[in-house]
Formats: sequence, C-alpha cells, structure tokens
Amino acid sequence: MKLVDHFVEGLNSPICLTWELTYACNLSCVHCLSSSGRRDPNELSTDEAKAVIDELQRMQVFYVNIGGGEPTVRSDFWELLDYAIAHDVGVKFSTNGVKIDKARAAQLAATDYVDVQISLDGATAEVNDHVRGPGSYDTAIRAMENLHEAGFGQFKISVVVTRHNVDQLDEFKAIADKYGAQLRITRFRPSGRGADSWDELHPTREQQRQLYDWLVARGEDVLTGDSFFHLSAFGQELPGLNLCGAGRVVCLIDPVGDVYACPFAIHEQFLAGNVRSEGGFETVWQDSALFAELRGPQSGGACTKCSHYDACQGGCMAAKFFTGLPLDGPDPECVLGNGERELAKLEMDTVVPKPSLDHSHRTKPRDRGEPVPLTLSVRRPDRACDSDPLAGEGTRLPAGIRVG
Amino acid sequence: MSTTAAGAGPTAPAGVDDFDADLPYRISGSVSVRPESFGALVYDFHTRRLSFLKTRPLVRAVESLADHPDVHGALEAAEVPAHQREQYLKALAGLAQAGTIQRRDTTA
Repeated sequence: MKLVDHFVEGLNSPICLTWELTYACNLSCVHCLSSSGRRDPNELSTDEAKAVIDELQRMQVFYVNIGGGEPTVRSDFWELLDYAIAHDVGVKFSTNGVKIDKARAAQLAATDYVDVQISLDGATAEVNDHVRGPGSYDTAIRAMENLHEAGFGQFKISVVVTRHNVDQLDEFKAIADKYGAQLRITRFRPSGRGADSWDELHPTREQQRQLYDWLVARGEDVLTGDSFFHLSAFGQELPGLNLCGAGRVVCLIDPVGDVYACPFAIHEQFLAGNVRSEGGFETVWQDSALFAELRGPQSGGACTKCSHYDACQGGCMAAKFFTGLPLDGPDPECVLGNGERELAKLEMDTVVPKPSLDHSHRTKPRDRGEPVPLTLSVRRPDRACDSDPLAGEGTRLPAGIRVG
Repeated sequence: MSTTAAGAGPTAPAGVDDFDADLPYRISGSVSVRPESFGALVYDFHTRRLSFLKTRPLVRAVESLADHPDVHGALEAAEVPAHQREQYLKALAGLAQAGTIQRRDTTA
C-alpha cells in the first residue's frame, strides 16, 4: 500500500491541524474564510486552550497552524504560544501583522519552534487594500521590516491567489526575497465571506493556466500548502500531496472548540464534534462518523471517467460545496471547464449553502424594517421658545448656522 | 502542508558518504517519532522537517539504534530480512544525512 493510501484512510493524529483562536479581527477582508470580525462570547478560555495543547502533545501533533480571526488580538495569545512550545507543539501562526512591533519581533526571534506567516494579498497597496482594507498593506510591510530587523530568519509571506494579484507573483517573490522570507501562495476558496467575493476574485481559466505555468517554472522554493492540486490536470503533477486531506490528515479547531474537516469547510455538514465534549479532540479525530465517512471510499461521480481524475482527484470539497456543486461533481475551477458547465446548469432557485457562522463586523446599520429602538428625551427645553438642540449645553452654535 | 519523504525509498539520497553502519547511532534529540499504521511520522523540531518511515521494520530499526553498538545490530533486532538490508542501509543513510539520526558518542 502506498503512503498516500494510508493518508486517505486517515492517521492516528492529524499532520496539518489548523486552530483558529478567535473570530475577532481588526480587519474585514472581503475573502475571509471564517467570516471573522467579532469575538464569539463562547470562545475557549485560556485554560481550555491549554487543555487542548496538552492533548495535542499526547497525540504527538508536532505543530499547529494558528490563525483566526487575528490570533494576536487575544490577550492570552503570547501565553498560549509559550505554553504550546513548552509542550512540544510547535506553532506557526498567521497574522496580518498588527501586533508585530519591534519588541514582539525581537521576542519571536528569540523563540525556538515558532514560525510566523504574514498575510499579504497584493504586492502593491492598491491591490492588497482592495481586499484586506485600507492601511493593511502598510501594516503587513511594517511587520515584515520588524521581523527582518530583529533577525527572525525565514518567516513566511502568505498570499491568497486572486484575479487581481495573479500577475504579481514575481513581485511577491521579490518582496519575500527582500525580507529574507519564504513565499507561500494558496488557493482562494469560496468559504466564509469568500463566497460573496468569489465571482469577482477567483482567477479566470486563463489565469489558472498562468498560475500553473508559474508554479512549474518558478515554484520550486515556494510553498503552496499543496492547495493547487486541481491544476495538476494541466499536465505534470505539482509537488506535494495531490489529495484532499480533509478529515484524513487535516482538520480545523475553531475558536469555540468545534472541529471541522478542514479550515475551508465551516459548515454544519462538515462539523465532526467539539473539543469540549467527553474524550476531547482525540475522540473527535478518531471516532467521529463524519471523519470515518471522509476516510472511506469516495464517489468521484462522472469525474472518475475523466482521464485527469488521477491528477486532480475531483478537486476541493469546500470549493464545490460553497458554489452549490455536488461533492461528487467537478471542482468549480476544473481546468477542463467542467465546473463552469455544471455551474451554468444550476437552476436559478438552487440553494447554495451558506457558512453556518458569521462573525463579520456589523459595518452597516441593521435593516430589519423595525422601528429604530431609541429612547426619546423627556427633558423639557430650557425655554419654551428655545429650539437650539444644544441649548443648555453651554456651546451654542454661531448665529447663521442652521442645524437639521 | 510541506512534506519531504525520506525513508525506505528505492533511491538513495546523494552524498551519504559520512554514514558508517559499523558505528553506533541514535535518534537526534530534536526528533520525535509518531507511530502510524504504515510505519511512523518523524518530525524534527529543529529543522521543522516532517518525514516518513515507510515500513514498521524501519521504525523498529531507528528506535533500537541507541541500544546497539552499530547499525547492523539494530537491523538485526528489527528483523530486517537479509535481502533487504542494503535498501534499509540506504534509507538510514538518508536519515543520517537529514539529521534525523546521528552518530552516538560512546566515550561518555
């Protein structure tokens, strides 16, 4: 039996575990895979998080990919980081850089077994900030400068490849080289708010080809999280695991302790259990019915008849699910165009699954067609004829300015 | 994830001249071994390199290195069949080159 077949059937513990520590985030990226923004009141406490780390140590999960939200806005983030490292659980954490000032950069440079991944989705502020919000490019670059100056070594720059930045791959590489960092590019998925920005941001078919060619020509020292295996159908297999690892070698622990098959599948259908339940994470990983199903034989549907099926394995489960395609159907970005054809066939009234959770910032007033809940003042005006709204406040508006 | 496959593959890594199966070896201090059905997952906390021991006899050999005065003894103890010894020595040479196992100092 080949090694990859063992992976298909699942391992005793995950290889690649993503742990999102909080749904709180200072940004509101339009493609956020976890629809983050506001903290969830039910998030794991410091002690509960430490108990999860203890369990990961017992299960010999050698490292975790910590994300969010923005994990560093949790006040106990640095405490949990030190705790994990002290318990043989190495940490790679993703950040937008907001907390990586000179002092933190120096602290990180002095810490073994920690890896930092700065998110950047444009090689220029214009492209980046369109997706990640105003000022986010400068924040990321400042964090990179601080890490570089502190002598951290090779941190990672993590790029989600979109229609807008696929032409900038060489420029991203140049930024990485400038700061002694390693470039990591991953696939954009229609997960979380990514479902809303998918049509605008996902690379076109021509761009998929361009991306594939770039990976073949220049991808040698570029990390991909093995996320572009659907592009292998263009020709030669890309390096790495050409396989969906969801529930097999990969899973997600979300901020409230829910365990999902993969970080891109925050939906009830892919929820395997919760670390707070009896038996903890280990029981979920080893005994959940959902994971058992994912580790069993999968139906590739019509795709199995395609000569490229061995290369792409039907693509990404989450990408299919959140675009409304069946799980045994083609990937929406199938390089042969089968996904696009299937999407075109979907009926107008097809219900495309929505993420189960939404912690987005409420940046717009609630619109529920209800009366605005407002307590009207019962204070009487100073004088019956005094209609100045600031009457009695000592700051009268100059004559000639009308309010309202 | 980024993975490198070291182990009992058919091809020997280049530049393994330093490996000497007549000398004592052990698992490096920064390396952790996790048993799996196929063999084991090996992680080096220092290099952050993940690799695989693709057979159970290879896992047994690696884990018993420290108990034997040379590599041959460990292969013997792991019950590696004679006709596969050459292949296992190549795999161990690869692990030595990657820093997963290292020569043991017996003077202490």
